[in-house]
Amino acid sequence: MTTTWQPSPDLPPPASTVGAVGWARSNLFSTWLSSVFTVVLTLITIYFLWQILDWGIFSADLAGKDQSACEGDGACWVFVKDRFNFFIYGFYPDAEQWRVNVMFILLAALIFPHFFENAPYKKALGWIFLTVYPVVSGVLLLGGVFGLEFVDTDKWGGLMLTLVLSYVGIVAALPIGILLALGRRSEMPVIRTICVAFIELWRGVPLISVLFMASVMLPLFLPEGTNFNKLLRALIGITMFQSAYMAEVVRGGLQAIPRGQYEAAAALGLGYWRSMWLVILPQALKLVIPGIVNTFIALFKDTTLVLIIGLFEVLGGVQAAVIDPAWQNVAVEGFVFAAFVYWIFCFAMSRYSQALERKLDTGH
Amino acid sequence: MADQPTSGGGSQPSKPPPWNDPAVRSIVFQVLALVVLGWFFWTILNNTLANMETRGISTGFAFLDRDAGFGILMSLIPYDESNSYGRTFVVGLLNTVLVAFLGIILATVLGFIIGVARLSNNWVIAKLAAVYVEVVRNIPLLLQIFFWYIAVLQALPGIRQSITFGDSFYLNNRGFFFPKPVFGDGFGLVWIALIVAIVAIVCLRKWAKRQLDRTGQQFPVFYASAGLIIGLPLIAFLAMGAPLTFEYAELQRFRLAGGASVIPELMALLWALTMYTAAFIAEIVRAGILAVSHGQTEASRALGLKNNQTLQLVIIPQAMRVIIPPLTSQYLNLTKNSSLATAIGYPDLVSVFMGTTLNQTGQAVEIVAMTMAVYLSISLLISLVMNIYNRRMALVER
Repeated sequence: MTTTWQPSPDLPPPASTVGAVGWARSNLFSTWLSSVFTVVLTLITIYFLWQILDWGIFSADLAGKDQSACEGDGACWVFVKDRFNFFIYGFYPDAEQWRVNVMFILLAALIFPHFFENAPYKKALGWIFLTVYPVVSGVLLLGGVFGLEFVDTDKWGGLMLTLVLSYVGIVAALPIGILLALGRRSEMPVIRTICVAFIELWRGVPLISVLFMASVMLPLFLPEGTNFNKLLRALIGITMFQSAYMAEVVRGGLQAIPRGQYEAAAALGLGYWRSMWLVILPQALKLVIPGIVNTFIALFKDTTLVLIIGLFEVLGGVQAAVIDPAWQNVAVEGFVFAAFVYWIFCFAMSRYSQALERKLDTGH
Repeated sequence: MADQPTSGGGSQPSKPPPWNDPAVRSIVFQVLALVVLGWFFWTILNNTLANMETRGISTGFAFLDRDAGFGILMSLIPYDESNSYGRTFVVGLLNTVLVAFLGIILATVLGFIIGVARLSNNWVIAKLAAVYVEVVRNIPLLLQIFFWYIAVLQALPGIRQSITFGDSFYLNNRGFFFPKPVFGDGFGLVWIALIVAIVAIVCLRKWAKRQLDRTGQQFPVFYASAGLIIGLPLIAFLAMGAPLTFEYAELQRFRLAGGASVIPELMALLWALTMYTAAFIAEIVRAGILAVSHGQTEASRALGLKNNQTLQLVIIPQAMRVIIPPLTSQYLNLTKNSSLATAIGYPDLVSVFMGTTLNQTGQAVEIVAMTMAVYLSISLLISLVMNIYNRRMALVER
């Protein structure tokens, strides 16, 4: 009689290496030094978290209208509530603020589908975002036509101004940046030199000096009598500065396209512009979308600098409200609010760019 | 086919007409570009000259010799109101260099610590480092500078209620005051001893490397170096009879007299720059270390290297190659970001020269050009130094 040998079943892994206990052993208490760190840091973190929560939520004041409502030890959110309108719309007239809201909603509607893998009409929405949207929002915000009341740019401010600055900065800088990047890789020495000089000049100087230059030197450069407003000057400065960075991002994409693609386009009989437009750029730009988003994040944070030349975006608004004697000791609350606004935008965008990078990373 | 070439295979293809010839086209385009550029600059120049004439501003750099007539909060070289505008340029430049230099050192140290912490086996450490990076780098630098300056440092108590540490360090809303070292006679010898020690360490390292290559014997370089760099100056110091005294800051009625101090503007700027840049450096360091394949760690373990030897001899040298190029651009960013000093009134180049001096003289073109030239040179200098270092660290292939 033959019996088949049956191995006895595997023993389960030791209880100390699996589950919560095992995880804690290897990740929290692997050595005695690690255990000390775990315990000390956890206690410190809990202490600070408790302090922050207590300050920001449990002991904070939200009801009321002015300084007298803030008597507790916690944060005085009444201040933020009171100035909220100013932080979002600047000096934009109350009756016209719906126009800004429409701009916000349109922006959200155009961007929203891009967070989903299979959303339809993504490409069309992208083109609308780059071409139609700026015109529509320009008309909406400025007014003066279609019976809309004219709102001068010196009334613009707050989050709305931040969005306008960063949006225009990126949309205007993209085409210039692409041209500069193509120029930098051109075979014509003069064009290449001009592009390299332009890019390196703007990349080598701080944005503040560019803004200073835009605000004091631009009026000198133009024929006598031409005068244009502060916002436009800032936008020109930001666009020049940003296009240099954009050019370097695009150049990265152009360099990643294998030589065979250029040669194949030439073999098909395409001229320079058609081979770039139809073959090279569609591939290169797709590669650098994460880079463009990262540039955009940097720009979004850099728009805060315009407060130095007297434009009040979110941080400028908070800064002005904080030193306003109507409210005392609200600096922390104001800055925490501004930080929160910027953080939400930047964090969301950086997550988006990371997800894109993972999606596009089809390499090994 | 009517337009088939009539000649046989061996001959040259017929030359295209000149408007289709790439060589001719390229020359035409370049000449056109030059003409447009020249016209552009010519117009700008003309407009500028005309505008400056109507505003009564003289061109040229003569203003640099005129008296400035304004005070500067902090200066590394002697400066007062009777000095020239040229002097204000130097004062601002030195202040910028100071904050950039200190910032680069501090941000590198903090960034490396956080970058390594993010890769820690300890979950709590890794998560805290990740939270730090995600919070700090997604908040604008200017906001952070304002926060530290307005919300933290200006909220400190006044001079009478200073926070004191052992009666020699004072922290208040006017800055941080600490005892000023006064070097007595013969302290120069200590500096000489320090230089000798550094030279000796360099020689020792070279010798130890040769010794290791020749005999396989390891020499405890680290302890020997530590002994040299502490021991030699200490011996010199004691031999000269300890020629070092401290001048303490004294609390007077409305101010702290004597001692040395750091103004709150510098503290806020330096602290914010350090924290912000460190978050970016941490990410670079993490990416650099992750780029070294795990096989390298395993191989060095198999060779019997200890943990810290693995890190020092195998991981870090390879990670540095990935780290250095982006690190360079972070250093450049830090230097350029130091110009945000203007917003809180730290007297850096932009604040003093492009701000006050420009407002007083109206020499916009000269001043903007000088300031931009300085930043361009600093940028080029830093990238040059880092490129040299990068070349030394780069992979030597066959």
